[in-house]
Amino acid sequence: MKSTGLAKAIATAVGLSLSGLVVAAEEQHETPLNMTQGVTNISADVYGLHMTIFYVCCVIGLAVFGVMFYSIFKHRKSKGAVAATFHHSTAVEIIWTTVPMVILIGMAIPAAKTLIEMEDSSESEMTIKVTGFQWKWHYEYMGEGVDFYSQLDAEHNAARQLDSGIDVNQYHWYLKEVDNELVVPVGKKIRFLHTAADVIHAWWVPDLALKKDAIPGFINENWTLINEPGVYRGKCAELCGRDHGFMPIVVRAVEQDEFDAWLAEQKGEGAELVVAESATGDEAVAAPVEQSMDELMARGSEVYAQQCVACHQAKGQGIPPVFPAITGSPVATGPVETHIDTVLNGKPGTAMTGFKGRLSDADIAAVITFQRNGLGNSVGDSVQASQLGGV
Amino acid sequence: MSATTGYYVPHDAKWSIVGSVGLFIFFIGMALLVNGGSSLTMFAGMAVVIYMMFGWFGMVVRESESGIYKAQEDLSFRMSMAWFIFSEVMFFAAFFGALFYARTFSGPWLGDIGSATNTVLYSHFDYVWPNNGPGNLGGDYLQMGWFGLPLINTLLLLTSGVTCTMAHHAIQKGHRETMVKWLLATVILGFVFVACQGFEYYEAYHHNNLKMTTGIYGSTFFMLTGFHGFHVCMGAIILTVVMIRGHKGHFTADNHFAFEAAAWYWHFVDVVWLGLFLFVYIL
Amino acid sequence: MSATAESHHDDHHHGPEKGIKRWLYTTNHKDLGTLYLWFAFISFFIGGLMAMIIRLELFTPGMQFVDPGFFNSMTTMHAIVMIFGGVMPAFVGLANWMIPMMIGGPDMALPRLNNWSFWIMPFAVSIFLSTLFMDGGGPASGWTLYAPLSLQGGDSFAFVIFSIHMMGISSVMGSINIVATILNMRAPGMTLMKMPLFVWTWLITAFLLIAVIPVFAGAVTMLLTDRYFGTSFFNAAGGGDPVMYQHIFWFFGHPEVYILILPAFGIVSQIIPTFARKPLFGYSSMVYATGSIAFLSFIVWAHHMFTVGMPLAGELFFMFATMMIAVPTGVKVFNWIATMWRGSMTFETPMLFALGFVVMFTFGGFSGLMLAVTPADIQYHDTYFVVAHFHYVLVPGAIFSIMAAVYYWLPKWTGNMYDEKLGKMHFWCSTFFVNLLFFPMHFVGLAGMPRRIPDYNLQFADMNMWASIGAFGFGLSQLLLLYIVIKCIKGGEKATDQVWEGAEGLEWTVASPAPYHTFETPPEIK
Ligand code: HEA
Ligand code: HEA
Ligand code: HEC
Ligand code: CUA
Ligand SMILES: [Cu+2]
Repeated sequence: MKSTGLAKAIATAVGLSLSGLVVAAEEQHETPLNMTQGVTNISADVYGLHMTIFYVCCVIGLAVFGVMFYSIFKHRKSKGAVAATFHHSTAVEIIWTTVPMVILIGMAIPAAKTLIEMEDSSESEMTIKVTGFQWKWHYEYMGEGVDFYSQLDAEHNAARQLDSGIDVNQYHWYLKEVDNELVVPVGKKIRFLHTAADVIHAWWVPDLALKKDAIPGFINENWTLINEPGVYRGKCAELCGRDHGFMPIVVRAVEQDEFDAWLAEQKGEGAELVVAESATGDEAVAAPVEQSMDELMARGSEVYAQQCVACHQAKGQGIPPVFPAITGSPVATGPVETHIDTVLNGKPGTAMTGFKGRLSDADIAAVITFQRNGLGNSVGDSVQASQLGGV
Repeated sequence: MSATTGYYVPHDAKWSIVGSVGLFIFFIGMALLVNGGSSLTMFAGMAVVIYMMFGWFGMVVRESESGIYKAQEDLSFRMSMAWFIFSEVMFFAAFFGALFYARTFSGPWLGDIGSATNTVLYSHFDYVWPNNGPGNLGGDYLQMGWFGLPLINTLLLLTSGVTCTMAHHAIQKGHRETMVKWLLATVILGFVFVACQGFEYYEAYHHNNLKMTTGIYGSTFFMLTGFHGFHVCMGAIILTVVMIRGHKGHFTADNHFAFEAAAWYWHFVDVVWLGLFLFVYIL
Repeated sequence: MSATAESHHDDHHHGPEKGIKRWLYTTNHKDLGTLYLWFAFISFFIGGLMAMIIRLELFTPGMQFVDPGFFNSMTTMHAIVMIFGGVMPAFVGLANWMIPMMIGGPDMALPRLNNWSFWIMPFAVSIFLSTLFMDGGGPASGWTLYAPLSLQGGDSFAFVIFSIHMMGISSVMGSINIVATILNMRAPGMTLMKMPLFVWTWLITAFLLIAVIPVFAGAVTMLLTDRYFGTSFFNAAGGGDPVMYQHIFWFFGHPEVYILILPAFGIVSQIIPTFARKPLFGYSSMVYATGSIAFLSFIVWAHHMFTVGMPLAGELFFMFATMMIAVPTGVKVFNWIATMWRGSMTFETPMLFALGFVVMFTFGGFSGLMLAVTPADIQYHDTYFVVAHFHYVLVPGAIFSIMAAVYYWLPKWTGNMYDEKLGKMHFWCSTFFVNLLFFPMHFVGLAGMPRRIPDYNLQFADMNMWASIGAFGFGLSQLLLLYIVIKCIKGGEKATDQVWEGAEGLEWTVASPAPYHTFETPPEIK
């Protein structure tokens, strides 16, 4: 038999995969092939545990496969090996039951220590409530009166549409950039409260070794203490529907004074600015008193493309039955009051969340106008920002 | 383990094809129904399944009566029935598990002072059992007490367990007619139970405002008692069939597996009720 | 009924019927085994094609081919088709073919029920697949069907749930049949501790199935009533909890993954002694290890839920319990190696697949052990590292064991030897590509790529491209298997009764191909 060749090939394949692993382990500083060490004590501990268990597996693997491949080489018929007849040895069996047990207990102890530490969110110095929405995050600095939404950067959002024709390779942080970053101070124990508005999401930032499910109707706690200033990127890590892949997280950790200044700015200008920014980027301007139909339609189509397409789709066709079409919708072609109410306050219990406070009045007016007169609808009326208060 | 000589291996299985088609139509019908369609397809499927049961069981009964089955075949049937009942136990376990979880974990998380969820989201909500959640879903309602009808139901089922055992003793002694009489009592008790349960549901809906939609209490209450009630109906029907067969002269002192299978099933339903009575009503 | 008219004695000399009727009405364990195996093969191809769509979209960053919603639906359906339509029926098919022959019984204990168990499956899977063409598309909430996301689906939701119920009915009936067969149909002298390990592992698997499939049925029933009848099992506003679904699901789900691997252990335990020409080392400890794994599988479920915010005590318990599973599994691996030790090995295709299994399953086991370390799982969870883990245990694990079994017993089934050269080629292609496919997933997972996403950052581009190339290569290699099997059925070198020099066991004492009825008179067991 030509089994020598075979054996060699097996050996090479296995050798390659094992050495691949080891190389990956050594190179963790330069290449993104391994887990990050992160920027908190916990994340460093987690990294340590990861590497320890990995090396344990490597050693056991080498021993086990070493014996196996030795046997495959030596004890083959083509080499004239004659089969022995033993089939039992209590001593050996006791050894190979107890040794792994001991190794595992040795592994479990440090793991338990880290775990206990991770779960202890007491004595935190500030609290941020993080709410998952389909498909954006809402951050609330508890007790500070500052809150805002954070979602995928508009440019990336355009690029990621099917057949967008935009080359995504130009964006270094493709799908990892948001409109409003979560700004936090370094050196402070921050407590996070996680929840969700619709379905389960998970807030994950690898550099902080934080991953916690955001469960609708429940609060989960988590904490971190960041050692180094920097920008740390993460993603939603629990399947939450169509655009689960497109709800990134960006945390900007800054020095305390910088954070204080940022927070003061947020408070000073009020939540409105943040809101306006989220919709229009830098050119947040107060709405003129009255806008022409053309202006409304132009602006409305922009807002629509940014805020509504995810669910109601580019041509307004929706994704029935879950996401209704806007084209021909009884709401979008019916009484304007219902329409305004739907957009301002949303439909409780569905993915349609209210946009009041998230978009400027002008933008809401514009997008409603656009929905009524674009996307195949032609109701004919226009909605002005001033009308919204009346509803 | 018994000798395998001459184990009966039938070589036709036409009824099982009918059964597969029946289930196919039935489940499509159910899906159409819950989506707001008509129930026609579902009933058609059910009819096919019932037709299959008549055909299949009829065939088995004839084979049994013609004496094809010996000790080994009999043991196969017994094992299968026992394992089938085990699978049913596990089905109920899922719902009892849900009840346990809601009462021990999620309820206190939602409603006990000190839990983060309660502090941040539901400071107005206090956990007690039963409850319909912080959203007061389904509106205010009254709890179902254990004392009245449920207690009567418990006694009914326990008695039916006894009558069922009496029937068993009778057939073991070869007294077929006595068996039929005891079975009749069992079946009647079973159907009275179902009627009481129906009345209780009526009370729940119309006097207590307790519905499927009444939060977790309504959910667990109706799903547990509902599936149990469904099993009682099935058990009673099976016992009825056994009774009719007994009346026709089937079963002997040492060959009455069908009776025993039905009796096991009945006792299983009985035990599930005791669990229900304890965890759904009393505690 | 004709069956009643004839005496049972005649039945045993009944050959197969002709044409389609043979397959529709058959009660013969070999016919049904064949049906199950072909059904599994077809499902494997359908599930594989779905995986190809996934890999195609993930080939490069950016959205090129499918809508994200459809992508999610592919992920979901790929997994369910592979698990419930592919691996499980394949194992049941092998059980059908081999268990009666291995224990010296004339057939399965309940032959008609056996027919029913099989024929439910094609209907169930067609309902399941048809949801793809319904309004709102197929299920898109992952194979775990987590509430409340799964409740957002369209009308197809009810069809998905009911098709799962049908598959469950089939599985439970099939398992009951297997338990009854093993406990009641053994030839005299075939004591429990003399049974081949494949039979043992199936006995325990069948027990697991009977225990957990009904729990799954309960879980999806609650989904159904939450969606259509306004119950609040998984709704906090009503006092329920979405996480409750996960507990119930994983109480089923974790034993389920051992359901997908225990029969594989059995197969490998048959094959290695044959080609090492040496009896299995530590037979009884193999049996106990299987039992321990089954027991432990009931108390580790929440290791899939380390990020849901369980109380600390729960997390610690589930971490310890999960790690313990490595011990009995290790016993199995060590026993296989001790069996090879000082054997006289040859490396025909079944042995190659079995060895590939031992190496790559262990590999997947190691990553499983890493996942069990809770603090580390906080980072691994819901990333491609998990995807890499379970594909290592499922594809070069479960699927390789099935292929090993097919090569091993194909000569017994068809009477012909398969083409050894092609078989070896199939093994080497599969092994090369399967590693190219799943190995890079470890890296992207560790580097931060979540699972269940249709598009990703540029930093993951290289590895994903390798994985996709591996996927296409692995998929195409499977066409070779199809060809080999068909070629072997059509003809080839005639197989001897014993087929393999070192083969032992009752199945090798009957003719090749195995006659339509075997062991009508029970064999002598020494
Ligand atoms: C065939 C299926 C199969 C098998 C056998 C396993 C085996 C194991 N699995 Fe895996 N697992 C899955 C299928 C499987 N898994 C699937 C499908 C998922 C994902 C589900 C989803 O979310 O969609 C999953 C996910 C999963 C998770 C959740 C990850 C997450 O989502 O965050 C975890 C966590 O603990 C885990 C652990 C383990 C462990 C410890 C084993 C152990 O049984 C492994 C034991 C084996 C060994 C360790 C190797 C051999 C042993 C030795 C050589 C002895 C000496 C070794 C040591 C002492 C180290 N698995
Ligand atoms: C037994 C189970 C099993 C098997 C065999 C496989 C086999 C494969 N799986 Fe999968 N998989 C799962 C179980 C399984 N998987 C599960 C449980 C999940 C999790 C789902 C979830 O998150 O909910 C998953 C998820 C999953 C993902 C992650 C998706 C995501 O997170 O979005 C990916 C991505 O690459 C993947 C790929 C593959 C590939 C390439 C194969 C290949 O091995 C398939 C190879 C087979 C073929 C290709 C078919 C045969 C060949 C032909 C028909 C010829 C034509 C071929 C070509 C055109 C090339 N699987
Ligand atoms: C996360 C998904 C999502 C986003 C983003 C979204 N919607 Fe909706 N929308 C929904 C859902 C779901 C419904 C259906 C609610 C229901 O079932 O009544 C809906 C319903 C509506 C309706 C009523 C349609 C009908 O016929 O019932 C209008 C009008 C509407 N949305 C406008 C908007 C506007 C304007 C925006 C953007 C500024 C927007 N939506 C963004 C999910 C979304
Ligand atoms: Cu939000 Cu995934
Ligand atoms: Cu598991």
